[in-house]
Amino acid sequence: MYIIVAGGGKVGFYLAEELLNSNHEVLVIERDPARARAITEELTDAVMSGDSCEATTLDLAGVARADLVAAVTGDDEDNLVICEIARNRGVPRTIARINNPKNELLFKKRGIETTISATQAILGQIEQELPTHEMIPLLQLHSGLELVEVRLPETAPVAGRSVRDVLLPPESLVALIVDPGGVPRIPSGETRLNAGDALVVVTRRESMDKLREALIGAIHGLDT
Amino acid sequence: MNVLIMGCGRVGARVATTLDEAGHTVTVMDLNPSSFRRLPASFKGTQAVGNGMDGPALERAGIKEAHAFMALTQGDNRNYFASQVAHEIYGVERVLCRIYDPVRADIFSSLGLEIFSPTALGASVIVSMLLGDQAAKG
Repeated sequence: MYIIVAGGGKVGFYLAEELLNSNHEVLVIERDPARARAITEELTDAVMSGDSCEATTLDLAGVARADLVAAVTGDDEDNLVICEIARNRGVPRTIARINNPKNELLFKKRGIETTISATQAILGQIEQELPTHEMIPLLQLHSGLELVEVRLPETAPVAGRSVRDVLLPPESLVALIVDPGGVPRIPSGETRLNAGDALVVVTRRESMDKLREALIGAIHGLDT
Repeated sequence: MNVLIMGCGRVGARVATTLDEAGHTVTVMDLNPSSFRRLPASFKGTQAVGNGMDGPALERAGIKEAHAFMALTQGDNRNYFASQVAHEIYGVERVLCRIYDPVRADIFSSLGLEIFSPTALGASVIVSMLLGDQAAKG
C-alpha cells in the first residue's frame, strides 16, 4: 500500500517507522523544515517537507495514487482539511487524529469514519479504573453498538432475578457474566443475576441510560 | 437577520459594522479581546471572546439563534472547520467562509458552504486595473 502520513510529529514519525517495517510505501509530509530534516535522518527518502493542507503539496506527493492518507497533525482543523483534500483527489481511505474529543462528531458528519483520539482513549482507560462507575464503556463496536461492563450493586433491581425476567432496552444483550470470584459464565435464560456480578453487555449508544436504569436502577456515582 | 461573525480583523469588523448599521443583529467573536478595538463606538452588536471552532463557545455566542455564520479569521483551515461546525452541527441556514488559498477554495465550494476567495478576486481586480477588463479575461 502507498500511505501518506500528514504530520511528522511523534505520532507521525513512529507511525511511519512501523509502516515502513511492514514494507508499505510511506511518505511523511512535515510542515516545519527543521523537523522534516531531523526525521529524514531516520526515515531517509520517506520524508517530504511541505504543508499537507495545500492541495499542491499533496499532489506533488502523488496523493491520487495513495491507498490511505493518515492526518495526524496536532491541529484538528488541519486534519479535517487534509482528509477533505485527499478525498477530493480520490483517496479511498482517510484516517484522522482528533485532539479534542468534542470534534469527533464533526468528522463523523463529514464522513471521515476512522478517527483516533488519544484523549478519548485515555479517558476510557480512566473510566475503567474508577470503581464508582457502575457502567464502564469497554469498546465501540460497529454502527453505534457498544460493549459495556455493568457491575450490579447491592441495590440493583435485577439482583436475584434470572436473565429471562430482566427487561433490557432494544438490541441489548447480556453476553457474559463474571461473578465476584472472577469466574466467567455465558448466561442462559435461567441464569440468576447476583449483586456483585459484572455483566458484559452489548447495547446501543443511545440505549445506555435505559440500560443503566434497568440494571442498576437509580443513578448514583459520579454521574449524579 | 441574526448574524454571527468569527474573527474581528479588518474585514470582520467592517462587515459587522455595516450589518449593524443596516439594522441586523450582529455578534462578533474573536479569541483576542483587543481585536474589538476595530469596532466603532456606535456598534450596537455583541462582542464575544472565544474560539469559533469550539461548540460551547459558539453556543455562548448564540449560534443556535443565528441565521448566518461568517468565518473571517486569518486561517483558512480554522475558517473551514468552524464553518462546517456551523453547517453540520448547528444547521445554520447560511454559512459564508473566507478561504485565501484559491485551490482549497475550489475544493471546499463543493462541500455545502458558500466560499469567498479574496486572493482570486483581488488578483483579477489588480490585473484588470492594469490591463482593462478584456485583457483580464484573456
